[in-house]
Amino acid sequence: MALQLPREWRRRAERYRLFGGRCLGCGRISPSLRPICPACQDDRMEEVELSGRGEVYSFAVMYKAPEGFEQDIPYVVALVKLEEGPVITAQITDVAVDDVRVGMPVESVLRQWRQHGPDGHIVYGYKFRPAQRP
Amino acid sequence: MAHSRPHEVYVIGTGQVPVREHWERSLRDLAVWALHSAVADSGIEAPEALYVGNMLGALLSDQQHLGTLVASWAGYRGIEAATVEAACCSGGSALRQGYLAVRSGAHRAVAVVGVEKMTDSVNGAATAGLAMAADAEAEGAVGLSFPAINALLMRRYMHEFEPRREDFAAFSVNSHANAVGNPNAMFRKAISERAYLEAPMIADPVNLMDSAPMADGAAAVILADAETAEQLGRRGVRITGSAVATDSLALQDRRELLCLDAVAASTARALDMAGKTPADVSFFELHDAFTIMAVLSLEAAGFAPKGEGYRLATEGAVTREGRIPICTMGGLKARGHPVGATGVYQAVEAVLQLTGRAGDCQVAGAKVGLIQNIGGSGATVVTHVLEAD
Repeated sequence: MALQLPREWRRRAERYRLFGGRCLGCGRISPSLRPICPACQDDRMEEVELSGRGEVYSFAVMYKAPEGFEQDIPYVVALVKLEEGPVITAQITDVAVDDVRVGMPVESVLRQWRQHGPDGHIVYGYKFRPAQRP
Repeated sequence: MAHSRPHEVYVIGTGQVPVREHWERSLRDLAVWALHSAVADSGIEAPEALYVGNMLGALLSDQQHLGTLVASWAGYRGIEAATVEAACCSGGSALRQGYLAVRSGAHRAVAVVGVEKMTDSVNGAATAGLAMAADAEAEGAVGLSFPAINALLMRRYMHEFEPRREDFAAFSVNSHANAVGNPNAMFRKAISERAYLEAPMIADPVNLMDSAPMADGAAAVILADAETAEQLGRRGVRITGSAVATDSLALQDRRELLCLDAVAASTARALDMAGKTPADVSFFELHDAFTIMAVLSLEAAGFAPKGEGYRLATEGAVTREGRIPICTMGGLKARGHPVGATGVYQAVEAVLQLTGRAGDCQVAGAKVGLIQNIGGSGATVVTHVLEAD
């Protein structure tokens, strides 16, 4: 995927900090900012910052990577179930790939996602590591 | 115009290109080849409209506007034409559009073509293209490939229900065994359980033998109303059920990860429309892009309770002689998966089964065929019921 600067710029806030959307109708928290609650279709959504604490719900170890991620092989991608309820898709970092388990407690950290070429733009965002914070 | 009764929809002609790496054929050549075969088979002179299913033409062949391009190259100047895109179920979605056109009475005879040309890309662009079936912002941006999406489903399934690796192997073994008798299949070669178990990992736990291969291909059907089918003496197979249901693209937004809600809804509606239940189905051409999709589809479609779909292959229930035959001509795994064409291949194969022309792949006494094409990992699900008339 080629670098698309306007898109990277537009999404910077939700990559650097984990946000969800809380529905003022049913109370459910969704994993990303969105205009309509996917559970009850209410349009009264408020932004909530998520704790970043959760556990690995499922994961995969990548041995063939999409363009731009080849240098990271093998790396782990996962569905992380956050303590506030929503599930978020992210890489797991700071751990040997063989040590990742379903149910493992994790916490969010800021890491480099990818670099567009040797002199290119670097994209940062959230990843998750084994839980260390109390 | 007053509302009239919906028209019955017949499949009056089929055409297919062998699924291969067609280095000497272009995207448009493949489409025209399949289309002309189907038109000749049907006995019509030209279709009134053409619906082309395709996912990756823009990315891999620098070509959009395929409906009109194919109509023009096939020599059907002036007809209505459109391209239909819904990721891996672009073909099934084009079939749905063709069905609606005849069903509504807008047209009497239309053509549906599914086409994909994947080998023009030699630098991983096809892998990046397939990832576009998933949610680019939630999944693609953090480094997930399309196999990774399926690996997340498979890992959680293994965690909750504890199938053995051999249970997944049985699905690939069945698809390959069935493809041996299909001259249009890409891999006409049986595989062993051991070959499956030794296959390299792509996105652990998904290995190479869990995954359908990239390929070039094109398939076509001609659909017509009852009067046209009667005039041509082609009232052999009728589409008696047709339904589409959708779900979130991103796995993180699903109601329950291991329940393919759109498979359940789409199958139930299509069967209900045909007045059938799962017990009436002679064979099920499901969307085995990955073995876990076969397992989850069997469960959501009502052929196995949740958490038990994996048992059907090891028990032999999914073979051509079994209770619910699947992938009777090789499925996506062994016939091959030219993504946007796959849904139309399924329709062609169902017609061959229902008219007793499936050769070595024939399911004895096949009367009711269920075909299902899935876009993404259960996000768009197109289901059709075809019956021998």
